[in-house]
Amino acid sequence: MLSNYIKIAWKVLLRHPFYTFITLFGITLTLAVLMIVTSFLDHLFGPHYPENKRGRSLYVATVMRTDSANMTMSTGPASFGLLTKHAKSLKSAERVAIMSNFSFSNTYVNGKRIKLNTKYTDADFWYVTGFEFLEGKPYDDTNIRNSDHVVVITDALRDQYFENNGKSVVGKEIEIENINYRVIGVVKGSPPTRVYTYSDVYFPYTAPKSNYESKGLQGRYVAIVLAKDASDIPSIQSEFDSNISKITLPEIKDGGNYNVLKVKAEPYFDHFLNTFARSDADKVAFYSIAALVLLMVMGLPAVNLVNVNVSRILERASEIGVRKAFGAPSKALLWQFIIENIFITFIGGTFALIIAYLAIRFINSSGWIAYADLTINFPVFVISIIVCLVFGLLSGVLPAFRMSRLKIAEALKA
Amino acid sequence: MIKLQNVEKVYRTSSIETLALNNINLNVKKGEFVSIMGPSGCGKSTLLNIIGLLDAPSKGQIEIDGSPVERFTDKHLAELRNRKLGFIFQSFHLINDLSVIDNVEIPLLYRNSSGRERRELAQEALEKVGLSNRMKHFPKQLSGGQKQRVAIARAIVGKPEIILADEPTGNLDSAMGNEILSILQKLNEDGTTIVMVTHDEAMAKKTHRLVRLFDGTQVQ
Repeated sequence: MLSNYIKIAWKVLLRHPFYTFITLFGITLTLAVLMIVTSFLDHLFGPHYPENKRGRSLYVATVMRTDSANMTMSTGPASFGLLTKHAKSLKSAERVAIMSNFSFSNTYVNGKRIKLNTKYTDADFWYVTGFEFLEGKPYDDTNIRNSDHVVVITDALRDQYFENNGKSVVGKEIEIENINYRVIGVVKGSPPTRVYTYSDVYFPYTAPKSNYESKGLQGRYVAIVLAKDASDIPSIQSEFDSNISKITLPEIKDGGNYNVLKVKAEPYFDHFLNTFARSDADKVAFYSIAALVLLMVMGLPAVNLVNVNVSRILERASEIGVRKAFGAPSKALLWQFIIENIFITFIGGTFALIIAYLAIRFINSSGWIAYADLTINFPVFVISIIVCLVFGLLSGVLPAFRMSRLKIAEALKA
Repeated sequence: MIKLQNVEKVYRTSSIETLALNNINLNVKKGEFVSIMGPSGCGKSTLLNIIGLLDAPSKGQIEIDGSPVERFTDKHLAELRNRKLGFIFQSFHLINDLSVIDNVEIPLLYRNSSGRERRELAQEALEKVGLSNRMKHFPKQLSGGQKQRVAIARAIVGKPEIILADEPTGNLDSAMGNEILSILQKLNEDGTTIVMVTHDEAMAKKTHRLVRLFDGTQVQ
């Protein structure tokens, strides 16, 4: 039965090449855009280099202090001390890394200024993240204890600063803000869209200007808590919440009017969402807007396709009459047209996949996003297939329903 | 086998009401070969459509094998058409995008039969109408007579008890028309009940019984 439907769908496509071109063009363009958007969202939120372990990671990135009426608040990253005391000590975690948000600095090569993004981290940062060392090795606890002036730099900075012609730069010195640091390792850089790992230079947190000893709850640091397994995440969260609940009121107030402290260990996407949608109502609004945008992107071309499909199927009134006369129930015809439409959508989807792949390659190589690694990986592919199915259903159900309801005698007269 | 009681069909538009069938009473027995005759527009095809459950009467009752069909659901009616009825149309109504054998298989698609079973039955039906050598052809590659034989194969593939033929020879020359009629006669001899709409008096005379219509009314 399925092959019969697909044979028909294929023949119908060949019947009017121009019509088919218009239909497929619309489907392809819509799906290609959706695939590229999906790939970009996957790039932003998926587990990718060097945050390959996002699936079992929790982010402690915001400390919020408010008064009990929620009228005034102070929000920002955590202090090194808070994270060391309450995150680093988590017993249920596999490892906890602490790193600063990136800040800016300058270095000079032959009188030419190079703007740098810098980050201070602990040694576990290199364990929790999946940085690839092209040269050398990461700094360790000994380097940190000794306050060694060592740095890990990215390959892009290496090429820019040392103009090394393929020779190793490990052991060479780099001057940043008038201090000389020894390069201990070179990593493949992280894209700037992964803010907690992105930097040009990584310093041990005991390096100058890290401010790791600042007092208070807020500072410039973030922690990534790595679970042994994703299933451990709830127990880690409750342990962390329990740790936070032990912080005393004088510590929270810290000279202000605040008496409520909110610090959460959250999966990356939840953390991202919470930065701008803090209340449940905000989240509902966010998801509603996202659904509306998706519906617009998919719905408008689908409505257009509905019209094309109706006129296309109307041509086949006689076929509908014949099938009904020989025993096809309306439901079977409904499915026939839906399957045909999904088949056509998947042809468009294949073209869209090719276009999306080429567009993504172009984006990756264009340099718009440094170290961009957009891909059509398995999750993106599966989502693309689901998008194709939804689009096929969206544009096929209404015409199919209308046609399946045609009266047989009238359909046969057409 | 088929019983129509006081059947009436009215077509309504916003301004006009047309009485297409008026008080039709008809009883077709198992194994009969009945022809319906009458001038153009007298309601022959409408009557055949109603007998074949392709259209619903405005009034009156239809019984198939003693069961009144007016309360049947779409699914039940479809099943009845699929199992009991086979249709042959004047303009063949073959699906041009499908090969001859795929066209013949259509009624079997809506039964729980395997692909292999469908193919075997379709081949058998095409052999009966002498077209087993044209299975892979498409309708556009066939003559009118061949198309009608494919349509007959499609009508008989599911081994229905009743065949309803709407002017099956209307688009054919007399030699081809006779050939089609002899196929129908053979099917009738094998036990299939046939109701045929025709314009051709000579054809009608070769059937068991003639029902004559005039302006939607049964006159014979």
